[in-house]
Amino acid sequence: MDGEMNDRVPGWEPRIVAFLCNWCSYAGADSAGVGRLQYPAAVRVIRVPCAGRINPFFILSAFQKGADGVLVSGCHPGDCHYISGNYSARRKFALLKGLLEHIGIEEGRLQFTWVSASEGERFASVIDTVTEKVLALGPARRMEKRYT
Amino acid sequence: MTDCTARIREETARLLAEGRVDLVIGFEEGSLPLRATPCFITEPGDTGRLIWNAFCSNNLARYLIRSDRKVGIVAKGCDTRAIVELIKEKQVRREDVVIIGVPCHGMVDPHEVRERFGDIRIQTVEDTGGKLVAGDGTALLSMNREDALHRSCRVCVQRNPVISDVLVGEEVEERTRDEFTDVADFASRSAGERWEYIAGEMSRCIRCNACRNACPLCYCSKCFVDETRPQWVGRGTDPSDVLSFHLMRVLHLAGRCVECGACVRACPMGVDLGTLNRRMSADVARMFGCRPGLDPGKPAPLSTFDPDDPQDFMLEP
Repeated sequence: MDGEMNDRVPGWEPRIVAFLCNWCSYAGADSAGVGRLQYPAAVRVIRVPCAGRINPFFILSAFQKGADGVLVSGCHPGDCHYISGNYSARRKFALLKGLLEHIGIEEGRLQFTWVSASEGERFASVIDTVTEKVLALGPARRMEKRYT
Repeated sequence: MTDCTARIREETARLLAEGRVDLVIGFEEGSLPLRATPCFITEPGDTGRLIWNAFCSNNLARYLIRSDRKVGIVAKGCDTRAIVELIKEKQVRREDVVIIGVPCHGMVDPHEVRERFGDIRIQTVEDTGGKLVAGDGTALLSMNREDALHRSCRVCVQRNPVISDVLVGEEVEERTRDEFTDVADFASRSAGERWEYIAGEMSRCIRCNACRNACPLCYCSKCFVDETRPQWVGRGTDPSDVLSFHLMRVLHLAGRCVECGACVRACPMGVDLGTLNRRMSADVARMFGCRPGLDPGKPAPLSTFDPDDPQDFMLEP
């Protein structure tokens, strides 16, 4: 792998944007909080009505604005509040993830998962895993917009 | 090819004379050698302008969008694939188009010809049985036609029209299935190498939007690129914005791109847009079993879903 990718900047802390579906994953994050579960503070949550609401551009935009990783989480297949939002989203995400990896955005920068409202523990462990991966990759520089 | 020209002229004259169409879209001789230009014929007397040769590469389906007339169109395999998608997306009514289908041997890239013949000032190019013979008035040089094809034509698996009302010329033999070996080759490089390559290509983009304007499936009357509220993507040539633009362009064409290569040919800077489009097409084919433009009855892959869609890309699904 190339050098730039793993350049450690002193004091660098990963910033991970998490798009969470209102009905499942956001409530899952809540239940992790209520259960007093510990997970890394690297994640910044954005609540969305449904995984299907997420325009791929939101994700690109997060990377442009300096996110080191992006997590998208919705309801488990079959559990969508809007019946099929997560199924439609899954197709979009599969294509987006493939495309980003194809152009050389490192595998692990962008993650998708399902977390239900009752899975507080799963939410905490997902955040652990994602943060670990992003920590190993280091700061994301490739798509970041540099204002000069 | 000259046979095709005569037949295209004949059919055009007939369609116009019978009043079946108001207009026929085809190709005429370009103002430079190695070029053919789209032309619009409304009078039966003008059919002499129409030609068919190795340089009729534009995707004419582009001109069907928002047309309120009955239109005849000269269409290769890729043009008909685009028409199929446009009909599916209700941008074109089947009954308003008369398709003059032309089986295609692949279109020739003028850059390849110039590169090969380098020094001579090409004035004429003859296309005879698998050979291209170029002349500058004194000397004649020849090359294999197959070596000069556009990149999109080299991987094309639907060279005969998918749909047509009149078929002009002999059907050509289709190539075997597209295995996306080019995509796999690129994917086998390291992430760093892939990034270097893509960033290098993107650095040449001048954001002229020619790729968007040439694309037969980019027909939104207001494109996300032109939006200012919200401004989806910054203007100008900031590398991050350029990349975002191209990624979004490809994502908007996901499951719709018919791989005609119009975007690549339109690019004045020679940016390799194909690498992005091909990956998308490969994924759409592999995951959703869909080749856009080939199946008029099948819904667009992103407007539908299957509960059993692959999700191995997800974190602990």
